[in-house]
Amino acid sequence: MSSIDASTERVGEALPEPIRLAQETERSRGPWLDAWRRLIRNRAAIVGMVVIAAFILIAIFAPQLTNYTYAEQNYLAINTAPKWVIDLFPKMKEVGQEMGYVRVNNDYRFGTDALGRDLFTRIIYGARISLAVAFIGPLTSLLVGTIYGMVSGYVGGRTDNIMMRIVDIMYAFPTLLLIILMMAFFRASFSQSEYGTLAYQLNKIDAAFGGMLFIFIGIGITSWMDTARLARGQVLSLREKEFIEAAHSIGVSDRGIIFRHVLPNIMGPVIVRESLAIPRYISLEAFLSFIGLGVNPPTPSWGSMISEGAQAIKSYPNQAIFPALALFLIMFAFNFLGDGLRDALDPRATKV
Amino acid sequence: MLQYFTRSLLGLIVVLFVVSIITFALMHQVPGGPFASEKKLPQTVLNNLNAKYKLDDPVWKQYIDYMADLVIPRITTGEWKYSVTNDYLFNIKLPVGDNTTLRWMNFGPSYTDRTRSVNGIFKAHLPVSFQLGLAAMFVATVIGIPLGTVAALRKNTIFDYFSMSVAILGVSVPAIVLGPLLQYVVAVELKWLPTTGWGTFEQLIMPAFALGFAQSALIARLTRASLLQVLNEDYIRTAQAKGLRNHQVIVVHAMKNAMIPVVTVMGPLFAALLTGTFVIEKVFGLPGLGHYFVVSINQRDYATIMGTTLLFAFFIVIANFIVDLTYVWLDPRIRFD
Repeated sequence: MSSIDASTERVGEALPEPIRLAQETERSRGPWLDAWRRLIRNRAAIVGMVVIAAFILIAIFAPQLTNYTYAEQNYLAINTAPKWVIDLFPKMKEVGQEMGYVRVNNDYRFGTDALGRDLFTRIIYGARISLAVAFIGPLTSLLVGTIYGMVSGYVGGRTDNIMMRIVDIMYAFPTLLLIILMMAFFRASFSQSEYGTLAYQLNKIDAAFGGMLFIFIGIGITSWMDTARLARGQVLSLREKEFIEAAHSIGVSDRGIIFRHVLPNIMGPVIVRESLAIPRYISLEAFLSFIGLGVNPPTPSWGSMISEGAQAIKSYPNQAIFPALALFLIMFAFNFLGDGLRDALDPRATKV
Repeated sequence: MLQYFTRSLLGLIVVLFVVSIITFALMHQVPGGPFASEKKLPQTVLNNLNAKYKLDDPVWKQYIDYMADLVIPRITTGEWKYSVTNDYLFNIKLPVGDNTTLRWMNFGPSYTDRTRSVNGIFKAHLPVSFQLGLAAMFVATVIGIPLGTVAALRKNTIFDYFSMSVAILGVSVPAIVLGPLLQYVVAVELKWLPTTGWGTFEQLIMPAFALGFAQSALIARLTRASLLQVLNEDYIRTAQAKGLRNHQVIVVHAMKNAMIPVVTVMGPLFAALLTGTFVIEKVFGLPGLGHYFVVSINQRDYATIMGTTLLFAFFIVIANFIVDLTYVWLDPRIRFD
């Protein structure tokens, strides 16, 4: 608790007891701390946070959790499953039983896929992709959208008008089609770029991240409009407030006002909006990988694993169901956390 | 109202034009072409093919040719010989002369499937996607609105908690997760419904549910929030005070106003359903249009890319337009001028 920090800071200062207490209580308050307290009182949000933390740990320590790499193929263990998986799915029958077809191999915790790769390894590495999208997706959207919206709202007048028309057009634009086209464009044209050009460098970075860079760019391009509108609306209502006027009158520069006075006040709603959008980014990545325009194979993504597994769902349900469950769990967790954040940061909204 | 109507109709056309320009420019920027396959064609064959499909022309000329074929109606007389290069979507017989027909919207031939025109692909596969979309929309509203209403009317009771748990479950299972899960549980294990295929009602149930469920969750949450807000309004108290029956208050006074925010999301929701159809079609093996959209991009089948993109864009834009009009009906205070 921060009251403890406050008191350690003040050690040695000979303040009379009552005054120190008063200052301490004042210090411990603050909108962010209040929000945090409301957040940790919300049980669903805690569950969400715990699950996300678990996934983060799994993603970080993925190499330590498994003996295989995600691309390693074992041709002697194609479409195998361990005993417990076969018992879990009643229709899976192991070799030896009547009509049995699944080979048992207990070396692989969740079994192997059609190329003889360890499912467990691919799922835990897949967490890296989903989590990266969960954090960088909102960040790009936040960065572009907030700056765009703040400038538009603060400058006002004709600039505002033009900037908002652009947002309107982007809104009417079928962004999904745009993102699919862009992904195809990035994939094909950047991979054939000449050595030394910017395109070549970008493609190298993208390849190093297993194809994630282009996904981030795609998300960034298509998802900033909501945030921009929200930020602009907030700025418009703030602009007329007395404390902004006061800042003006004491000669604070426009940039100072935007970053010191406006930005902190609009962060709450913007963060709520973005945290509620995280599951959308995660499923967008899964969707892109599902249709083959996401990560580059053999980099594992839950979306591409579900897509491959769904082809054989009758015979080997584990290949599609396990990554699907992982995707479900992480989306569930982020939804819980997002709801919790909304209730914590925007208490008025819950009183509806 | 009329002015608003025409203005947004014009805006709709402008958006479609922008979509067509961006798509055309982007797809011609992508290296490779429809005939650049792994098996290298002889140079002369390639030249002939490029000449036949006018791929040697500058891109702007190709664009103008394409759009002219698409947008400008043609009037033909006499005998009409069908081929994949002149397959028109609308063929309207005019009551004058000998077999005079007004023909409109030629999306051109598919570059990779030489025996089909893009219109032919539409005719064969659009009905599938459309039926699936409508069925999913039906599922979404039929589940979502009652759930949200019950949750709002019985706030903080077991009904509310149950509905909202279902809703949060729905938001967390995208079609990509629900599709394979349903397929396994309902089709493989329980054998209640067929796993894949298209044509019968049984085969429609699962895909529609997998696609619509996530959207129903969204609708349920929105309905609940919006109805709760409306129920606090003064006019609801007035209606109750003058002794109207409870269900009359809710159905006539509250629901109509509570639906306004719900209707606003119908547009984006429709777009989301479209995303879902690509997934659902693949999981359930449905012969829909989404497959052609994705495949055509990978194969650089220019005409099919343009055709499917414009068609999907058209549906999204039209959905938004209808949503706009619905506002006016729901809330007479909104007058567009």
